[in-house]
This record gives sequence, C-alpha cells and structure tokens, in this order.
Amino acid sequence: MKQEINEQALLQGLARNETKAVETIYRENYNSIQALIINNNGSADDAKDIFQEAMIVLYEKVRSGAFELNCQIKTYVYSVSRRLWLKRLQQLNRYSAPVENLESLVPVEDEIEAHEQRNLEFDMMNKAISSLGEPCKSLLEAYYLQKRNMQDIAASFGYTNADNAKNQKYKCLMRLKKIFFSHYKNGTSDE
Amino acid sequence: MNDVQVLEAVERYIRGEMNPDERLYFENLRKTNTEVDLLVVEHTLFMQQMNRFGEWQKFRTNLQDVHTNLTETGKINSAKLTGKAKVVYLWNRYKRVAAIAATIAGVTALTVSSLVNTFNPVPENAKVKELVNRVKDLDNRTRQLDTKIENVDKKDSPKPIIATPVRYNGTGFLIDAKGLMITNAHVVKNSRNIFVQNNKGDQFKAIVVRLDIARDVAIIKIDDDNFKQFPSLPYGIRKTNSEIAEPIFTLGFPRNEIVYGEGYLSAKTGYNGDTLSCQIAVAANPGNSGGPVFNHNGEVIGILSAKETDAESTVFAVQSKYIYQALEELKSNSLYKNIRMSPKSSVSGLSKVQQVKKIQDYVFMVKGD
Repeated sequence: MKQEINEQALLQGLARNETKAVETIYRENYNSIQALIINNNGSADDAKDIFQEAMIVLYEKVRSGAFELNCQIKTYVYSVSRRLWLKRLQQLNRYSAPVENLESLVPVEDEIEAHEQRNLEFDMMNKAISSLGEPCKSLLEAYYLQKRNMQDIAASFGYTNADNAKNQKYKCLMRLKKIFFSHYKNGTSDE
Repeated sequence: MNDVQVLEAVERYIRGEMNPDERLYFENLRKTNTEVDLLVVEHTLFMQQMNRFGEWQKFRTNLQDVHTNLTETGKINSAKLTGKAKVVYLWNRYKRVAAIAATIAGVTALTVSSLVNTFNPVPENAKVKELVNRVKDLDNRTRQLDTKIENVDKKDSPKPIIATPVRYNGTGFLIDAKGLMITNAHVVKNSRNIFVQNNKGDQFKAIVVRLDIARDVAIIKIDDDNFKQFPSLPYGIRKTNSEIAEPIFTLGFPRNEIVYGEGYLSAKTGYNGDTLSCQIAVAANPGNSGGPVFNHNGEVIGILSAKETDAESTVFAVQSKYIYQALEELKSNSLYKNIRMSPKSSVSGLSKVQQVKKIQDYVFMVKGD
C-alpha cells in the first residue's frame, strides 16, 4: 500500500517534470533496462536512448491523466523498453533472437504508437523552427518555449523597443505557422 | 488594429490574460468577424502544439541531465561496464563484425599469399642466375607464344597443299642465292620434315642446317632438285643497328599468300629490354614468324619473331646482325665456308611497289610437321 502511494507521488512529480521524481524513477529502472538491451545485441548508448524514450512514453501517459496504476512503474517501463527495442532491432535488421521474457509485461502497443506519432510531430516542429534560421529561431523559442515577455526579449536581442521585437516576432511566427500548417495538413491527410 | 496587434490580442485571449472587459469585447469580435474567429482556432492549435513541444524538449533535457548526473555519482552503471557484462556487451555488439572481419582476413591472407607467390620478384641470389638464363627464358616464352599462335592459325587457315598435316607454319627468306634461308628457330625446331613454299605455290623440301634457339634464329637449306638457284639476291642484310622511327616493311605468310605490312622501328630493344631483338610497330599475325623486316632501302634489318599478346602492334624482331653471327658460326662447317652475304641492297632507291615485286620471290612460307 505504501509503495503504491509512493509511486503515485512519483508519477505526479514526473508529470510536472520535477527533477527529483525523474531521478528516482531513472535510478530505480535504468540498470535493468540497460541489462535487457545489452543482453540483446545493443550497446550502452542504445540502452540510454531506449530508456529515455520509455521515460517519455511514461511522461506523456501520466500527463494525459490516463495512467491508472494497474501495474508498477517498473513493469510499465520494462514493457515499453522491450517493445521499443524489438522494433529498433527489426528496423536495423539486427533481430537475432527473441528478447527473453523474464519480467511480467503489460500491453503497450497503443502508447508506443501514440508516442511515435508525437515524435514525428515534434521532429517536424524541431525541423521547422531550425529551418527559420536566426534571429527567428531564438526569438520564437524565447517567447513561446521559454515564455519570456516581449520587453525582456527586446532588451536581450538588442531591439530598441518592444514594438520592434513584436513586429519581428510576428514575421517569424507567420513563417513558422506556414511551415507548421502545411506539414500538419500533410500529416493528417496521410492518415 | 493591424495584424500584429490582432495576433497579440489573440495570444492574450488564449492565455487568459485579458481583463473581463477586454474579454467581452474580444468575444463579440470573434462572433462578428469570422477571420478573427478562425485565427483564434488556428492559433490555439498552434500554441498547444508549441507548448507540448516545449515541455517535451524540457523533459528530454531533464532526462539527459539526470542521466549524466546519475552516471557521475555512480547511481547507475551506464558506460562503466565491467566484468561479465562488458564481455557480453562487446561480444554481442561485435560478433557479427568479428565474423565478417575474420572472413575477410582469411580471404585476404589467401589472396595475398597467392599474389606474392605469383608476382614476387626472384630473390637476389636467383637474379644472377636469371641473367644467365634470361635469353632462354624469353625464348621459351616466345616459343610458347608462337606455338599458341600457330595452333590458332592451324585451325583457321585453309589446309596447305601438301598431304602431310602442317603443325608449324612460318616465314623464311633466302640469305644466299643457292638456297640458304633464315627463319625463326621456333618455327622449325619441332618439325621432322620441313617444306618451303614460294609465292607461286611451288614447294621444296628443306633441311635445318643450324638451330640457335637462344637467339631464335634457324638457318635452313633448300634441299630439293626442283629448286633453281637464283643469280643473286636483290636485298642485303644490314650489319649495324637501325635507328628508331625508321620506316620498315615486312613480308610474310600469315595466310597462303604473301602479305605485305608496313610500320616503323619503335625501340632498339625487344621484350623486357632484350638486346638481341628490337621492337617494331607493324601488323603481324601468326605465320609472320621468321619473316624479313626491311628498311626503306630494302635491307633486311631483322627477323620478325614474336608479338606481345596483350598489346596491339607490338612486335619483336631479332636484329639482323645476329644473322651474320649465325652464319659465321655455320662457316666452321667447311660445306658452307664460302657463303657471302652482302649488306648492299640492289633495290635501294626503287619505289616500294618495285622493291616488293623484286623481293617477294625470295620470301618463302616455311611449313613443318
């Protein structure tokens, strides 16, 4: 019972991206995932990648509010990592032997699919922002991602007043939205 | 309101930063102005995506930090693989690479060793020996080449008139009016019976009187009652070396008829720097072996002997001065004591057509069985 409460607290911390919670989950699960990957034809770098992907899946899951604690974090992370690694192996054509099934597993197919979809979207966003070049990239990141206010931005980017910065930001935003919505439409029409 | 201000308002509205009055005004604007309404919907979607993206990025950064942190403090053993785990890891990671590498290494080793065996130059002490035997080696090679060529020729050319099957087929030319002829040693050395045939198709029996395999020069004598001696030879045999770029022509029997070829002296030495011979550029075919190489004065400068198989028009000829040497050696036999060869050519100064017309009767096809 106590463990369940603990895990619930951890997941809430994870949803808020609290370093302490992330660290705890990381510390308690990483080694077993690394062992899994390395014993199945992977490297330490692969292990890190896969584990972090699994953490993101968990993060998205608890943020969506749909994560009901019907299994331990450990089981969930292991299930996701195993599935992700199998997929990776198949993509790399390195699939050799079925990954041993020592731990209990929960079905994670849907989550992984959603996760892959998100990864695609975020990759696309990342590329779109990078393709803008400077100063647009930094300007938009400062405003929309770091959520700084326009006065602050104008000062640190060397604009004479906030209105100039706003005008520049507006132009940059139009470019980004154009790219974003063209991709977005393409992305949705593909489905 | 301009576009920039509209957008600012939309963003404030989405974030809920407007005071109640502003909010009321803006919501009325949304109802009346579809453009603004559309912008709100669109921008909400965009801002949502941006927020999620931002959080996703932050979470990733956080994960990285945590990973580095935990690794440094030793709470997870990433990248510090020890003992069995490391061996398993390395083995799993590189077993395929190792297998491929081992295969490649094996194949390479075999290939290299065979290449070394094939191309390795003979070691230093063997080189001295090689110098002694070099002529012979070359000769052997040339002979093999010619045998091969002649075998090909045998298949392709029409059967000669004589009944005995011809195994070797080359060209020869008279060096004295009484019937002494020069040809290549490789043309006649393996033959029991030798026949020569002139351009008119007349055949005469011949015998080998001297065989110099090292120089690839053979002297044969027409030994046939039907053979009528010539009063004199129209051409001379040159005693000295010829110059590079000198125009030359050849006469030979690559087929049943005499064939003329034209070219130039391309090098003063032969195959692999062989000083016995020289290199000429001329079209030569199997059957040309033993034929005379003339310069523009109608002097014999060499005996066509071999052709480089993998290069076009690279032909080698034994230098004519070795004809003198061969003859000199023959003179120790008293029978041939009074043979004289002239370096002077009587056709010098004539046109090519006239030269060839006068010379062709002295060039014979040499056949051996």
